Amino acid sequence: MSSGSSEGENEHQKPGASSHGHTHDHDHPVFQDDDDVSDPALIRYRAIRSLLIEKGILSADELRAAVERMESVGPHVGADIVAHAWADPAFHSRLVESPKSAVAELGYHVAEADLIIVENTPQVHNLIVCTLCSCYPRSILGQPPAWYVSRSYRTRAVREPRSVIAEFGLQISSDCEVRVHDSNADMRYLVLPMRPEGTDGWDRDRLSQLVTRDCLIGTAVPQAK
Amino acid sequence: MTIPDDVSGKVRKPGSRVRIRDLPIDGHYRAPHYVRNQIGRIERYCGAFPNPERLAYGEDGLPAVPLYRVRFAQRELWPGYQGSKHDTLELEVYEHWLEDCPADEKDNKDVT
Repeated sequence: MSSGSSEGENEHQKPGASSHGHTHDHDHPVFQDDDDVSDPALIRYRAIRSLLIEKGILSADELRAAVERMESVGPHVGADIVAHAWADPAFHSRLVESPKSAVAELGYHVAEADLIIVENTPQVHNLIVCTLCSCYPRSILGQPPAWYVSRSYRTRAVREPRSVIAEFGLQISSDCEVRVHDSNADMRYLVLPMRPEGTDGWDRDRLSQLVTRDCLIGTAVPQAK
Repeated sequence: MTIPDDVSGKVRKPGSRVRIRDLPIDGHYRAPHYVRNQIGRIERYCGAFPNPERLAYGEDGLPAVPLYRVRFAQRELWPGYQGSKHDTLELEVYEHWLEDCPADEKDNKDVT
């Protein structure tokens, strides 16, 4: 979009005044929250996208729809799966035994090779990381948080998991095993947290509100409010 | 888990001891350096998958390679590990990175 030519935009500005919310007497470039067009990955993406559309292999509408599909899933899906497992012991068993088909019962599709449910108990606390890249159960949890793909998390979660978990505000007692799962190949992992005390009789919707994204990765546990 | 015919009968058993090989594979590999030469135990067989280290270069990755979860004691992996002696780490390892590890070699006692 072009700017600067609409009717007399800067006519009444005094020297030193600025159009970006404050006044000062020095110059600096206007901050532009725009794409870094020199990013090689972005250039490659745009080239491939243009070619796919020009050659009629994909339409812009199909691409948009695919992005919409990817963004329609998120931690609420994982929370729903967990709430069903808490509320229904038979579903819980099926979920642990055959995660993909159990999740399909709820209408969710695991697109990755397989899903493994790692269940927290008083004896074991599970934490998920992918040290090699950013493997994450995207088909049911959506895109991972920025910290999950950071080099710092990927290197530290495997070698000092208790410190990392503590930085998220969670202390794991020394008599509880911390089990780190490096999601480095074809499997994807979902933590099944323990149902908090004081939630007897809660329905699934209310239970699912307790399950945040971090609970599904293992950097938090659900707490009854 | 359905086991394909070509690996049936050769699948490693849960609990068996393995050592992670230090293969000279450059480029795309799936065995992180921190587990190379380390001893762990098979946690489960995950199925057989096209070899991602070949898929990455446009090949078909076939025949499919058995994939396992392997469990390690954290204290064995990291010198000076701060945490419980019971803490563990699991990751996925393809068959070609595994070798048998006789029980009389350095024992990974804390891994069950």
